[in-house]
Amino acid sequence: MSDRMTDAPATDASRERAHASDGETLFEVRDLVKHFPLTSGILFRRQIGAVHAVDGVSLDIKRGETLGLVGESGCGKSTTGRLLLRLLDPTSGSIKFEGQEISQIKPKELIAFRRDAQMIFQDPYSSLNPRKTVGSIIGEPFVIHKLMTGDGERRRAVQDLMDTVGLNPEHFNRYPHEFSGGQRQRIGVARALALKPKLIVADEPVSALDVSIQAQVLNLLRDLQRDLGLTLVFIAHDLSVVRHMCDRVAVMYLGKIVELGTNEQLYGHPRMPYTGALMSAVPIADPKLAATKKRQILAGDVPSPTNPPSGCRFHTRCWKAQDICKQQEPEFEAKEGGNLAACHFPLTDAEVAERVPTARVN
Amino acid sequence: MTEPVLSVRDLKVHFKTDDGLVKAVDGVSYDVGAGRTLGIVGESGSGKSVSSLTVMGLTRSRNSEISGEVIFGGHDLLTVSKDEMRDIRGNEIAMIFQDPLSSLHPFYRIGDQLVEAVRAHNKVSKAAALDKSVELLRLVGIPEPKDRVGGYPHEFSGGMRQRVMIAMALINEPKLLIADEPTTALDVTVQAQILELMLRLKGELDTSIVFITHDLGVVAEMADDIAVMYAGRIVEFGAKETIFESPQHPYTWGLLGSIAKFDSPRDEPLVPILGRPPSLINLPSGCSFHPRCPYVREAHKTVEPALEPVNGDAGHRVACLLDSGVRERIWEDLREGKRPEEARADVMAEEGAL
Repeated sequence: MSDRMTDAPATDASRERAHASDGETLFEVRDLVKHFPLTSGILFRRQIGAVHAVDGVSLDIKRGETLGLVGESGCGKSTTGRLLLRLLDPTSGSIKFEGQEISQIKPKELIAFRRDAQMIFQDPYSSLNPRKTVGSIIGEPFVIHKLMTGDGERRRAVQDLMDTVGLNPEHFNRYPHEFSGGQRQRIGVARALALKPKLIVADEPVSALDVSIQAQVLNLLRDLQRDLGLTLVFIAHDLSVVRHMCDRVAVMYLGKIVELGTNEQLYGHPRMPYTGALMSAVPIADPKLAATKKRQILAGDVPSPTNPPSGCRFHTRCWKAQDICKQQEPEFEAKEGGNLAACHFPLTDAEVAERVPTARVN
Repeated sequence: MTEPVLSVRDLKVHFKTDDGLVKAVDGVSYDVGAGRTLGIVGESGSGKSVSSLTVMGLTRSRNSEISGEVIFGGHDLLTVSKDEMRDIRGNEIAMIFQDPLSSLHPFYRIGDQLVEAVRAHNKVSKAAALDKSVELLRLVGIPEPKDRVGGYPHEFSGGMRQRVMIAMALINEPKLLIADEPTTALDVTVQAQILELMLRLKGELDTSIVFITHDLGVVAEMADDIAVMYAGRIVEFGAKETIFESPQHPYTWGLLGSIAKFDSPRDEPLVPILGRPPSLINLPSGCSFHPRCPYVREAHKTVEPALEPVNGDAGHRVACLLDSGVRERIWEDLREGKRPEEARADVMAEEGAL
């Protein structure tokens, strides 16, 4: 890792290597936990509890894939994304990136890691410094990592990046307010790409954009992912967008992954009733299809993550819950069709066909 | 057709600013029939919210210029006095906003706010108004309404707050309800709860609804009729089934092509609309969609299209200068999955052959 500090950004050859090693594990996350303490008192701050934002997440991210993280607000998907990049320090658990443990490394070593892993933020307005030109925003990673030290060299690199993401390279002297929301998100993408990272975490990258602009940015991310062999962690609440973008999808509920599968598995035959309910709740822009499906409405809201329910955390809202669900936490294991899910009473094909518009069951 | 509840005619709302005249709404006409739901869809800045705020009399200010007619209950709401407008607002026409947290006063109990809404329009005792509030909270599905009526807004979750807003809007049994992106701030599961609630209440109370949203999925669930707005004008209007089955305007095609459809296969590419919405200060000449339209012709840059019936069907109107035969041809191509350039080339080739 440390020798990467001195050599030039990834060359075409290293990109090819990335392609060649498709399927190999890039990230290995085990029992990741993040608790935010709740304190009371002014002088003597006592901890009175904790928000269990992420509560035991294990997953592998393969090189070159797009992994979707979905769930309702407060399910821990953004916290997981930030933990992956060590923007937050985990309470416990292990994160291995290319075999190296990064959950405990020191800030100096983090700099090297951050060259390989970058982030795209949700809000293209607050994530760009309004006082800096677009050129210096996109070039900032080069400054931090002491790359492209020649003045003309850095400018050329920035203009190449702008060209890659579909911005006019002549606009590098403009300020963020001179750009529209979609263009600003492109600036964010260019900044994330500057160091030629292996992994990008995109946290709701299009939810702040208008519908017609969303498609432009989604297409850009897809093309870049394909051309550069990037690994993408795509965090979103919009199940339609996730379906369009991701190879594999993990569904989170109250800090845990409750179901994980390939795109086809998860949308074709969700097994966890929560996944089924999420999919059933998506409004479909097709009145005819909508009329043929039964809408599964979940009662109530997500319980508080300070005091998550016992057993299966979803039992308070689940229509299939029985006594065992309150007492015993279900194993996260393979169900019919290959989906990994944590559920005592997974959905049957008939239940899926009745409720889920994307169902592919016999 | 029976008398419409709301009839908007050639509504224009312009704002004077230092940069120039912002034509937020520029000649909009529509009717909302009794018990029907009109869905207004469009991107930000298309004028969908401003047109509805004007119906509520909420855009009157020194720097706004409003013209046209808004006929409701035999009055033109644009000419009634401020006091008369206050009587109508919250009583005969009610509104639900996007963000339920900023629409409720954080210092007052839910019950007090509901009681105020009742007593502003009816001479009833506080106790009677409170009973009515509890009844409404029960109707919108808030558990234990008798206890919850004494709660403050921060004690409610987002979905529950939106239910309180709906209760407040419906407490005086309005004839017309304007819902401005009521579920945009909510999670998809909660959104499903709120949409179901609105459909149920509409059936029970027979209220007409104007439903403003940018989400084509939501409008497909809720609306009877759909108006598609672009740059301050309605560019297409029709029954929900018509808009989704045989849309006629290139902008509607663009919207339908650019959303990631939940039920379409993953490899189907998204077809974005090129460019971005125009500035409302300097609207493009001719058809205001022409700079982004893949099928634009030279004449469209100078001639303004009018909202005209499609093949004589008054229920489906479109503002597009393309010949209706050409539009049908293009839509057929797009439906087969062809890209806009290919559809355009097909039409051009056919015309060349004639």
